[in-house]
Amino acid sequence: MSSDILFYLFAVLTTGSALAVVLNKNTVASALSLLISLVGVAALFVLLDAFLLAALMVFVYAGAVVALFLFIVMLLDTYGGDRKPFKKATIVASAFALALLVLGLMTFTRRGSLETSVSAATTEVVPVGASLRAYGEQLFTTYLLPVQIVGFLLLIAMLGVIVLSKKFEGLEDVK
Amino acid sequence: MDFSFYFDLPLWIRLTLQGLAVILVLFPIAAACSMAERKISAWIQGRPGPNRTIPPLLAWVPGIWILQKLGVFQLAADGGKFVFKEDPVPGGVNKFYFIAAPILAMIPALSTVTVVPFGAYLDSAGKLVPIVLANVDIGLLAVFAVSSLGVYAVILAGWASNSKYPFLGGVRASAQLISYELSMTLSVLPVFLWINAPGGQGTLSLFDVVQFQSQPGFWGGAWFVFTMPLSAFIFLVALFAETNRQPFDMPESESDLVGGFHTEYGAFKWSLFFVAEYCHMIVGSAVFILLFFGGWNPLPWVTLTDSVNALAGVLPFAAHPLFMGALGIAIFLGKILFSIFFFMWVRWTLPRFRYDQVMNIGWKKLLPLSIANLIAYTLGIALLHK
Amino acid sequence: MAVIQVERKPLSLAERTYIPQIIGGLKTTLKHFFQPTVTLQYPEQRPEISKNYRGVPTLVKDPNGREKCVSCQLCEFVCPPKAIRITPGEIPADSPHAHVEKAPQAFDIDMLRCIYCGLCQEVCPEEAIWLQNQFSMTGTSRAEMVNNKARLYELGGTLPDQHFKWDKKKAAEEHGNAH
Ligand code: SF4
Ligand code: SF4
Repeated sequence: MSSDILFYLFAVLTTGSALAVVLNKNTVASALSLLISLVGVAALFVLLDAFLLAALMVFVYAGAVVALFLFIVMLLDTYGGDRKPFKKATIVASAFALALLVLGLMTFTRRGSLETSVSAATTEVVPVGASLRAYGEQLFTTYLLPVQIVGFLLLIAMLGVIVLSKKFEGLEDVK
Repeated sequence: MDFSFYFDLPLWIRLTLQGLAVILVLFPIAAACSMAERKISAWIQGRPGPNRTIPPLLAWVPGIWILQKLGVFQLAADGGKFVFKEDPVPGGVNKFYFIAAPILAMIPALSTVTVVPFGAYLDSAGKLVPIVLANVDIGLLAVFAVSSLGVYAVILAGWASNSKYPFLGGVRASAQLISYELSMTLSVLPVFLWINAPGGQGTLSLFDVVQFQSQPGFWGGAWFVFTMPLSAFIFLVALFAETNRQPFDMPESESDLVGGFHTEYGAFKWSLFFVAEYCHMIVGSAVFILLFFGGWNPLPWVTLTDSVNALAGVLPFAAHPLFMGALGIAIFLGKILFSIFFFMWVRWTLPRFRYDQVMNIGWKKLLPLSIANLIAYTLGIALLHK
Repeated sequence: MAVIQVERKPLSLAERTYIPQIIGGLKTTLKHFFQPTVTLQYPEQRPEISKNYRGVPTLVKDPNGREKCVSCQLCEFVCPPKAIRITPGEIPADSPHAHVEKAPQAFDIDMLRCIYCGLCQEVCPEEAIWLQNQFSMTGTSRAEMVNNKARLYELGGTLPDQHFKWDKKKAAEEHGNAH
């Protein structure tokens, strides 16, 4: 029961601050709302007994990624100046995306597949995200292919960044 | 003596008590550290340091001059000053974030300590039980995760101050903290690879690290600083950078940034930053000791359990779990205090690195070194367990 | 002079890690850590001040107890920040020093203005004003920081010189030899 209350609390916190990310006029305030939102997600993970994921969420996203965002916001625009008002196309596109999302969720719940997947999950003894060992085993067995693919994607992105940011002397035709 | 009544209390009361205990222990240690810093700097520089303040009411107590010479009352006076001084909020700052920043600095500083074990005792079943507020399996990751949030206090303080020097300090701090976090994390991986080698427990708990260092035998009892000196070194350097201590105190670097991110702060809010810095140092050195210096084991190859058993032959009360717990905490605290002394010793010895040197060391030296270290140990551990 | 190009030696690997230097530094500081302190406990222990230290300006008397100042007001005139205020006065005829031209009736040096330049000492024809080894002037009000005549003589004391210029002049006059 108390975890239900906590769930609603953190859910409201997460979605509320996620909204604030989009609506906030000030870019620094937006980045901080993102931080709160991520911490909220970590708290939701804790409620699911996925302590490892929660810690990783805080460590990687809240601790490093948002700090980088803030860093860049501050470098580009010293005082976190005001955001431009939304364009019409943006509003239409986001409304469309929201409608799609709601539609997708509705179909899921209507077909009851969420229901069954939840009950299937409860039969598992160790939640995957709880301990290092369970998580690692899953990563290297069930989810090996996705992990490899994502890793490959990240590698490509990293190489791209290196190529883009490095100055090649004497190789003018590269650019 | 039986402590079961304590465990019968409702959870929230226990949690509140434990939280209060943390604050009541950490705050005085942090405060004492600030005085130790002044005294150590003084002695290194051939000065006596603060040695005059004494409340006139207490001056008649015989022998109190020792406390006076040690500057204990100066500490109390400084603390009182921070509380009673006017706490100005400069015009033009972003008020909300300006006030939020020091509070944000305190949260990670105080909460990381909950997952750090301070000692251990043998329960009636003869099993070693850690003395820790929250014995979680992901111990180290939790410390890293929460303490990585400390950077926001610095960034926010710098940004909200609406002033150039704090801003530069904040930007530098964020870059520095992110850079050194990488090598710090990579440097502890060999430790956990070794513990979690095939057949190991699969854990990130700090208690298990100490347990691993207190096994019988030559290799079992060796502290990790002997088996992994490079990891320990990288971790130590990164720790200096993460706690913004000299020679890495870029965010403050008073010779080019006035006071860095806290230039605009005064009185109580400033003291929160100050205490947070010392709390980071305490927790950081606690983790360092747990990982590489055998935690509460008095000497390498001599575990706490062994020494308590040996003592129990001479002193009958030594077998009591309470004594063992207290001894463990005392040894651990002693090690922490020595490590803090080392921090101060280094601070009053070395000049500050230039900012580009800091970045070079972080990215071009420490990071490749820690990656090479990780690969070497991974191969070594794989071969050992073949 | 020939310019000598000193070749900068490349750093060795050990030097580039900074570690030997850091350890050397730590050794030095540790040595100092255990050495006795070298500072003075100031208000109780006073530093040895050299004889020719130029501290607070003071007025001096000659060995006969005569105030040397003849209130010519040169120092008042020369003092760059105008710290000196002199009211000249006559010496009463029955005084043993009546043969001296004049003496100051009041002599104030405002130590909040004085810049310790020493010009007053340099300009004084009578060697009556001296910057001496008093180096700490404190007070809780502006008035306290003004040294009046009595205080100036108290600080100054006696100058043990044996010139007795005015006595010699008087003796010469008595022998009918005014210069
Ligand atoms: S102190 Fe010297 S210069 Fe000044 S009034 Fe007296 S005699 Fe003249
Ligand atoms: S020392 Fe200089 S400033 Fe001071 S009273 Fe003499 S002339 Fe004036």
